[in-house]
Amino acid sequence: MTARLLALLAALLVLALLPLLLPDYFLHMAVQILLWGFVYTAWSLMGRYGLVSLGHGAFLGIGGYGPALLWNLYDVTPWLGIPVSVALAALLALVVGYPATRMRVVGHYYALVTLALSQVVALTIIALRDITGGSLGMTPRAAGFSWYALQFPAKGQFYLLALIVWLVGLGAWIWVDRGMGSKALEAINEDEGAAAAIGINIMREKLRITLVSAALTALGGGIFVQYLMYVNPETVAGVGVSLQIVFAAIAGGMYSLLGPTVGALFTLVLTEGLRIYFGTSFIGAANTIYGVLLVLFIIFMPRGILGLIERLMTRPRRAAQRLAGIVEQDLHRDALHDLHEIARRILRR
Amino acid sequence: MDIYLLEAVINGILLGGVLALLALGLNLIFGVIDVVWIAYAELVMFGMYAVYWLTNVYGWPVLLACAAAILFVALLGVLVHLLIIEPILGSAPINQLLATGGLLFFLQSLATLLFGTDFRNLGIRLPIIEIGDIFISFSRLLAFIVALLGASALYLFLSRTFLGTAIRAVAQDREIMGLMGVDQRRIYLITSAIGGGLAGLAACLLMLQYDVHPFIGLTFGPITFMICVLGGLGNMIGGFVAAFIISQIIAISGYYVSIEASYVLAFVVFIALILVRPQGILGK
Repeated sequence: MTARLLALLAALLVLALLPLLLPDYFLHMAVQILLWGFVYTAWSLMGRYGLVSLGHGAFLGIGGYGPALLWNLYDVTPWLGIPVSVALAALLALVVGYPATRMRVVGHYYALVTLALSQVVALTIIALRDITGGSLGMTPRAAGFSWYALQFPAKGQFYLLALIVWLVGLGAWIWVDRGMGSKALEAINEDEGAAAAIGINIMREKLRITLVSAALTALGGGIFVQYLMYVNPETVAGVGVSLQIVFAAIAGGMYSLLGPTVGALFTLVLTEGLRIYFGTSFIGAANTIYGVLLVLFIIFMPRGILGLIERLMTRPRRAAQRLAGIVEQDLHRDALHDLHEIARRILRR
Repeated sequence: MDIYLLEAVINGILLGGVLALLALGLNLIFGVIDVVWIAYAELVMFGMYAVYWLTNVYGWPVLLACAAAILFVALLGVLVHLLIIEPILGSAPINQLLATGGLLFFLQSLATLLFGTDFRNLGIRLPIIEIGDIFISFSRLLAFIVALLGASALYLFLSRTFLGTAIRAVAQDREIMGLMGVDQRRIYLITSAIGGGLAGLAACLLMLQYDVHPFIGLTFGPITFMICVLGGLGNMIGGFVAAFIISQIIAISGYYVSIEASYVLAFVVFIALILVRPQGILGK
């Protein structure tokens, strides 16, 4: 255990010292991987229990636009603006989540209702173009290096903030995973009626995970805008980004702690790599390959990259278990054989 | 009654026809195969490009190009079923939805790659009809009429032919119909082809009114899903009614406020209705 703890601390130290080693471009990639990894982790909190939301763009959008608007229009510091936006996103999740759970809106219907939700937020942002800048997006007023404005122009500084936020996401994942709520949600996912019959409070379990997931997603949106210092409806709200969240989480593996982060790493490396490889002459080439990979992922490895790796790593153990099962059967058979022998001898006597 | 409001209402009805046609194919596929093609609007987009390409580049007559586009999208529908849906027919329904979501990304970027991000249109200017003081676009009226004809043809096919009856039977109980000797795979493929064909027909009608670009699917895709869900997924008459409700909300509130606000309102009404009646407005 101490060895694992030491390894963990060493890994953290390496991650924290990364800004000293990496050039700006890679640091920019790293910040994006951490922040998107955080958002994907937040989505996986509910996605892994069959609550497939195509509406997380709504929460991301509220989290992204809220602090920026409050800062630009009313000089409210993001230290206040982000919590307010997070609360707003959680409230929206509650307003939609409560009746959805009450009326047992699940599966396709749940996915499509949440898809509509992401459209509502995206179109509202566009419709309020007088203050949000519409489709062109907006820029939070720059204040240089400022704790008050939560603006850190140097990438290395922001990297540390992103790292902390990402760790918060992992903490939330572990907290949910180890709680009894996890078992309850798994039961609900298997059979909602049966889960209710054995006394699981479906409303409480579902709403709790939905609120946590929505709030963290909004937090990710807020931090992301503080980093990019620019926000537009397409990158933080709407159907496109909602689907992007779902796919990256699935590609990485939504059933594992680091899966969503691997998804962020994978998608970013893929798009950047293809972009550099193809250059700008083939706009769309990168996403074409990305789309094909997504389809293949969902057909052939629905547990994602990390899910596959975990399966491969536990293969020897599973083989050993199977072998142990066979040996045990043999032992039983031998024991039976012996019993027969004894019985026969007794009878013969 | 305000003459402009009346015009908005009439245009809403006409819009409803096209939306109903869009929803029809999606509903058919959902009802029979129990799958939501999230990439449905992107298939329509490819149909629109097919019409554009055949008429404006190869100089085909419009009607012939439309017929070819319908066949082309029907073929795409069959391919979607064979390549994407069939391998995961047994897994959770949400996986099928997500797999076609991957297809959405693929088709969108493929269109960007092949055609660029330019807005393209047929360059046909259909006349505007003037009745009293009301102006009605002829292309919308045409789309509305063809949509009604298409829906009626589908209705007759499903209710009057042997194959249509088999399709409806599979939609009701896929296990029993397998035992009765219905070849499920064949029914699924035919349904996918018809669903694709309807998407192709919708593409022809949309091409008369709108410019096509790689991201057009995102503008009317979500609204099509809303209509299907609102009518009760798989319930075709419900989908038809829902199309007109949604299009009236869009047209009337678009008249009073702005076009984005009208879409916001339509989606909010949708969410509210579905949370009150998850089975759809005409569901049991």
